[in-house]
Amino acid sequence: MNNACGKTFVYPDNVDTDVIIPARYLNTPDAKALAAHCMEDIDATFTARVQEGDLITAGWNFGCGSSREHAPLAIKTAGISCVIAKSFARIFYRNAINIGLPILECEEAVDEIKEGDEIEVDFATGTITDKTQNKSWTAQPFPEFIQNIIAKGGWMNYLRSMDNE
Amino acid sequence: MAMTMTQKILAHHAKLDNVVAGQLILADLTGVLGNDITTPVAIAEFEKAGFDSVYDPEKINVVLDHFVPNKDIKAAKQSAACRSFCKKHEISHFYDVGKMGIEHALLPEQGRITAGDCLIGADSHTCTYGALGAFSTGVGSTDMAAGMATGKAWFKVPSAIKVELKGKLPEGVSGKDVILSLIGQIGVDGALYKSLEFAGDGAGELSMDDRLCICNMAIEAGAKNGIFPVDEKTLTYLKEHGAKEPLVFEADADAQYDQTIVMNLDELVPVVSWPHLPENTKPAADSTEVKIDQVVIGSCTNGRMEDMEAAYEILHGNKVADGVRCIIIPATMDIYKQCISNGYLMAFIEAGAVVSTPTCGPCLGGYMGILAPGERCISTTNRNFVGRMGDVTSEVYLASPYTAAASALTGYITDPRAALAANKEEN
Repeated sequence: MNNACGKTFVYPDNVDTDVIIPARYLNTPDAKALAAHCMEDIDATFTARVQEGDLITAGWNFGCGSSREHAPLAIKTAGISCVIAKSFARIFYRNAINIGLPILECEEAVDEIKEGDEIEVDFATGTITDKTQNKSWTAQPFPEFIQNIIAKGGWMNYLRSMDNE
Repeated sequence: MAMTMTQKILAHHAKLDNVVAGQLILADLTGVLGNDITTPVAIAEFEKAGFDSVYDPEKINVVLDHFVPNKDIKAAKQSAACRSFCKKHEISHFYDVGKMGIEHALLPEQGRITAGDCLIGADSHTCTYGALGAFSTGVGSTDMAAGMATGKAWFKVPSAIKVELKGKLPEGVSGKDVILSLIGQIGVDGALYKSLEFAGDGAGELSMDDRLCICNMAIEAGAKNGIFPVDEKTLTYLKEHGAKEPLVFEADADAQYDQTIVMNLDELVPVVSWPHLPENTKPAADSTEVKIDQVVIGSCTNGRMEDMEAAYEILHGNKVADGVRCIIIPATMDIYKQCISNGYLMAFIEAGAVVSTPTCGPCLGGYMGILAPGERCISTTNRNFVGRMGDVTSEVYLASPYTAAASALTGYITDPRAALAANKEEN
């Protein structure tokens, strides 16, 4: 997996999937159409400001609520290269891994990173570097099974590769 | 090593003698579920990965319930995609308009779930079926696609919180008050990644509809699943609904729990969860200054027959307050028919409410009851997040059908117990 590098958007605890992608836009599965409304109900200016490679930093329980895979899909398609949170709601966690949106849990980093900071993430080591503040932290590594899913490019590809073995 | 009830079910379906919390397993699924929002994304993943057949058409359930009867052209296209996929793969448990219901009310009613099952659904409230002694959990569309193709899913074996229920619910207090009170106590991530395992003599006192409501909202505490022990009430329910032969698992007496919470049902009161998190639980009696514009009684949480009965007990012979819109949505066609045959539907309409055919509609701000800026709704649904039912400045207060119906009569959040007593005396 390539490293992530970009400026960061900072959000609070309990960011739910209804604000990530409101249900009024779930009448289409089209990723680009979903991304056009990403974060709309928590940050109406997000889509105008986000650039390819940017990151999201958030508090506890990121992605709580609905199982809609449209939420990680909208975030990924909007250009976000990694979400760093104190913790993730379990369905969002699963969905992010399954579709290949990189996520990391790191409480200390979230406490210190500020809106707009330039962040670099090394996925091989789990190192999160805040280039603006010149600080770095190490995130919890994924279990090996999960790392294998990520390495294969998501759950469907992983299953396909098992079929071929 | 001792196991919780959930761990035993997972071990069985992973063909393992024993599992421990934190272990990653691959389990065989007894069922897979999707709806009109999540299934189209799953179909795309299924086809993109090059699968050309499903593992077992008999085990797949597709329910059109979120935006049906279709709210717009885009929604109609999503339903059409589900329809043609189910036809192509001969998925007979496809529930279209006319025989559909809200999925988590419909599947238990149609006997599609039995005790001991291991099921995933591309809908977060799939955790509902723990009420029947099954392991079931919400997942995303990719998991649904993989489940349809292979009949398998990966799980991290959860640890558990034991919720020991004691006593019996007082009049006017329901399963919704139990789960909102619990979430108020432990918070929206209080059970994150864990099972909520209900136990105790109080669990046996609860009706099946109350148990379904309680397990339904386990996700609102972040839980992977909620589950009740299987007792005579469960077995009778399964039999009455034509479910398959149950497989009964019990937690070991020495199973380890991260935490044990004791709740005395006798001490619970009608509660309301204030915006914008389900954990903001307060007694309804302390919320009476909140003026409301709309009432919704329905959803996968509270659209079952007992919920309709609760609404009827309060509303019949009375009038919805001026300036309040009251929307009642029986969760399945069977419930809808029962509401017609026993006179509830007429009573609701005479009280000034409207009654819709089954849909998730307003719960997720889809259609059929969207809120304008600044409007407030008391709702028997499950989430009160920012913008959940409409404009980002609107507000949703979560409550039981008793409390929602009582509030419809006054126009303010109202403790239902007085209205209930008054209506009983009059009739």
